[in-house]
Amino acid sequence: MTHVTYMECKGGPRFTAVFVGLLGVLGLGAASALWMETHGHVASGMNNSVVWGAPHVFAIFLILVASGVLNIASLGSVFGEMGYKPKARLSSVMAVTFLVGGLAVLVLDLGRPDRLTVAMTNYNFRSIFAWNVLLYSGFVGIVVAYLVVQMTRRWQKFLKPVGLVAFLWRLILTTGTGSIFGFIVARSGLGTAVLAPEFIAMSLLYGLAVFMLVRLAIDLAADVADRRLSDGLLARLSRLLVIFAGSVLYFTGVYHFTGIFSPERTEFEAWILLGGGYFTALFWIGAIGLGLLVPMAMLYNREAPARSKVAIASSLVVFGGFAQVWVIVIGGQVFPMRLFPGFEVSSSFGDGVVASYAPALPEFGLGLGGVALALILTMIALKLFPLLPHEEAA
Amino acid sequence: MSGCGDACKGGCAGPVGGETIDAERRSFLGAVGAVAVTTLAPGVTLTAFGGGEARAAGADPAKRWGLLVDISKCEDGCTGCVDACKTENGWQGGAENQQESQWIRKVSLRDPKSGVTKSAPVMCQHCAHPPCVDVCPTGASFKRADGIVLVDKHRCIGCRYCMMACPYKARSFVHHELEDQKPWAPRGVGTVESCTLCVHRVDRGEAPACVTACASKGGAIVFGDLSDPKSEIAQTIATYATKQIRGDLGVDPGVRYRNL
Amino acid sequence: MTRRSSLATALLFVVTLVLGGLAGAATGLALENSVARPAIPQASGQCVAPKEVMRRSHMTMLKHTRDVTVREGDRQTAEGLTACVTCHAVKDATGTVVSVSSPQHFCRACHDYAAVKIDCFECHASRPLSEKAVDNEHGVGATDVAALKAYAEETTR
Repeated sequence: MTHVTYMECKGGPRFTAVFVGLLGVLGLGAASALWMETHGHVASGMNNSVVWGAPHVFAIFLILVASGVLNIASLGSVFGEMGYKPKARLSSVMAVTFLVGGLAVLVLDLGRPDRLTVAMTNYNFRSIFAWNVLLYSGFVGIVVAYLVVQMTRRWQKFLKPVGLVAFLWRLILTTGTGSIFGFIVARSGLGTAVLAPEFIAMSLLYGLAVFMLVRLAIDLAADVADRRLSDGLLARLSRLLVIFAGSVLYFTGVYHFTGIFSPERTEFEAWILLGGGYFTALFWIGAIGLGLLVPMAMLYNREAPARSKVAIASSLVVFGGFAQVWVIVIGGQVFPMRLFPGFEVSSSFGDGVVASYAPALPEFGLGLGGVALALILTMIALKLFPLLPHEEAA
Repeated sequence: MSGCGDACKGGCAGPVGGETIDAERRSFLGAVGAVAVTTLAPGVTLTAFGGGEARAAGADPAKRWGLLVDISKCEDGCTGCVDACKTENGWQGGAENQQESQWIRKVSLRDPKSGVTKSAPVMCQHCAHPPCVDVCPTGASFKRADGIVLVDKHRCIGCRYCMMACPYKARSFVHHELEDQKPWAPRGVGTVESCTLCVHRVDRGEAPACVTACASKGGAIVFGDLSDPKSEIAQTIATYATKQIRGDLGVDPGVRYRNL
Repeated sequence: MTRRSSLATALLFVVTLVLGGLAGAATGLALENSVARPAIPQASGQCVAPKEVMRRSHMTMLKHTRDVTVREGDRQTAEGLTACVTCHAVKDATGTVVSVSSPQHFCRACHDYAAVKIDCFECHASRPLSEKAVDNEHGVGATDVAALKAYAEETTR
């Protein structure tokens, strides 16, 4: 193996422009958070039926990306795929920054974000949510340690064990995220164990797609001509994307297929797959069509896919991922719970009807702010630390 | 108050409809009160504490408070229980605004095969194994020793996971700031709330507001101690077939329905 | 950036920090003398503890009461805060009892001065219910509050 050198991102006008633009989005996010904090959640479109809305879709997506993007590093140090090793640094940094972005959204959407210390000092260990708090903070600690080991030459012997811990931790973390929904027994769209592995597959897919987009953007914006992502690695990552998309397709299939045949969930499946209005469209066209099938077709069996094609396919995956999380999180809530099986019900509190949810602007502001935060932190890291490798011909 | 459950043999039904009061508890608390009374400020007697009874010294683990709703006595269109709850606890929600809280609601039921219609009040079911308590990250959702499920708003961070987990849609989130809440029913922006089984009344030896209100209308709701075999509620449950909503989930609600 | 210039930057940073701190402390002292001491509204009854104790420990007392009451259902110490806001009710020029939204509110008099946020009244009423409302809606009269006050005094002695 040849010697790999790393360097910081030089920057340049494009880099600065993107950075300033993202700062603007972050400002909007902060303003949205402040607005919701001072006005209460009336400022949002969320209600007593849809208690988790657009901010949670953003947060969950970012957290999925965070755990999935670490996979590039794991492939290098855990599975010995040397070709990925030079990518490990950026992959680890993004794992931290995207988690921070996602958690920021989650925390700022709390009814009482000022009581964060309460959440950190009172743990109910029966709650998967409380476990997730520990899993998330542990993840940041472990990945930072992993990064330090990667960047310290004389600690290379620790690379494999630390990398393995980080890999196992991220599997548990995503299982925990999926379980937040998997443990909800009362809602027919949720409350199934399939959600845990499905979330892992989703994280691998979205993490890889976002990694490729960020890497291609660096090549475009950062004036590092000699550090461009090599065509060979691009082709390998694209093949990986197809495989991950296939696994998401598989788990999504299992999730709905098992639902069709379990009496508890049949009605829900009929609704979401056929009669669920925009949710049905979002699922079939957004999540399945544009988010999985089209990118798979675009990248399947290509020896050397064009960069633009990879970028488009990855963007579609990201869009489809949003649709997928939206359908799971929001769709799972709007469908009414069956309190009285066999009866047609109605009440003042939405019994028997599909709940309506119209997200408000501050919710999107908050969510996009989280995305901006993740990207800004990534850019700062790129500027401060030697993360970009000199590409060797693969 | 250990051994109270055993001692409660001689005619001490739970405080049903706010009329009868646990005799054992009264005498016990009376004794405590008597001690306090000797050292109280001059001119103030304990009779001021809600009809001669001292305050509860703590939730009694030997009890399990619950409700029994007889659907055949519950009239469709009657909202006596809902209105009483609103007045007692100071919430205003209704069909027009789903961001407003609703601690109790009337659900209209119609059997599509027979066309039979029924109506049932649904509120927090005060489960023995409440999912909201399991999922709460901070332990703000908790079950009192006497089975009443509450939100400790001092600890609630407003994550709403309990609302996701509740099978009964019994919980609401306060979406905006409030002022002049009822002193006995604190509620606040950014926290989750639900039926408290009128815990402030229960601790005084009274029945919840909805039960008292219903008593003067259809008399469909009975309040009492499910753990006390002598109580009216326990005896009715032992005699007639009753149902728990979503009993299949195994959460063992403390609210039961008859003639559903 | 050369080593020398970064050293200069660091020095400048430290100097700014020190000078800023001194200036802050000085203005703080000046402000403390210039800002009027809070005018603490008179209460209508006898407090549960001497005011020196209350000033220092009121939150500890309230916190203890709230946890015991909410979580364990112990009502013997209950309505501490209700008794507080009743006895310390402040009327404005029109004779209406003010809520915490008014700077005249008893709690705010000191909390504004000390710049300490009060969280209690996000959920708790910051002023007593009118006696009429109490009687009609709850069946507990104003005598109850007076008794509680005396009772709280006894239990905290």
